[in-house]
Amino acid sequence: MKAFLKRYKVFLLLIIVNIIVGFALPEIGLKSLNLTKKNFIEMISVIPPIFILLGLLDVWVDRATMMKYTGKNSGLKGVLIAFLLGSAAAGPLYAAFPIAGIMLKKGSSLFNVFVFIGAWSTTKIPMLTFEAASLGIHFMITRLILSIIGILIIAGITEKLLNQEQQKKIYEINQ
Amino acid sequence: MFTYILYGLAGGGLAISFFKDRNKTKMALRKAWRSFENILPQFLSILIIIGLALAILSPETITVLLGTRSGIWGVIGAAMIGSVTLIPGFVAFPLAAALQKNGAGYMQIAAFVSTLMMVGIVTLPLEIKTFGKRATMIRNILAFAFSLIAAFVIGVVLK
Repeated sequence: MKAFLKRYKVFLLLIIVNIIVGFALPEIGLKSLNLTKKNFIEMISVIPPIFILLGLLDVWVDRATMMKYTGKNSGLKGVLIAFLLGSAAAGPLYAAFPIAGIMLKKGSSLFNVFVFIGAWSTTKIPMLTFEAASLGIHFMITRLILSIIGILIIAGITEKLLNQEQQKKIYEINQ
Repeated sequence: MFTYILYGLAGGGLAISFFKDRNKTKMALRKAWRSFENILPQFLSILIIIGLALAILSPETITVLLGTRSGIWGVIGAAMIGSVTLIPGFVAFPLAAALQKNGAGYMQIAAFVSTLMMVGIVTLPLEIKTFGKRATMIRNILAFAFSLIAAFVIGVVLK
């Protein structure tokens, strides 16, 4: 019980805040409650398959395979695989972090994991079609070209700005 | 639609896995549950924060901020709103399209869309759990800077 309270203290605090807001400003309180409910249903309906795939990935793909394809010495092929993995994904960015954690656990290189995160965040194929439909094909393509360059640069700089010790630590927290 | 594909993949994967090795499948499910339970507290908190933020910042407010104030302040404002909001692309793109029709510039919209996708202020706790504080900060700051640059390029190209 105590452990539960400790883990969920921020969540419980936010509920209290929401209730207070609800009493002070019923309109906003009710609206936020409805939004939270809608988001919760939407997210909880995408999450189960993601985590099941995650579990399967963890059990069936061994470290050697992941390292071979996306590890330090995987070269351009590794970057491409990480990029395609991220682009083929569905779901919000926060669903990508646990998957990135598994990739790290299995020995993917940090650069490739950052490429994966970048691709997941902006070049998801379903999103691109939707972007083109909403804002026009020119907007989508211009942003896509910029994003591909940006993803590589961001991944490169992020990796470079972490020293050996810090990189080791990231691998450690994902063991 | 993509949710169904995801379910199809997960279901198919589970079936094959179960057929090949029951114990491993059980282990996979246990791991799936454990990693979900691991992020649950942050996940629930984020949901409430989004609900509160969107209830206070109505679409009308967002439109006013992005539509009337053009130029660099509009871009920076759009980038900041994009960084703190967390709405799925399927909602964001129609919103962006509506903003654009109501007079917001491509530059502001590009800044909003890019930061929305790449920068996650509310999801920082989750990201830190995987990448640690330093890498998370670096990635988000770079993504923010990149979004501004991309916005300017798009604004110039699509004039």
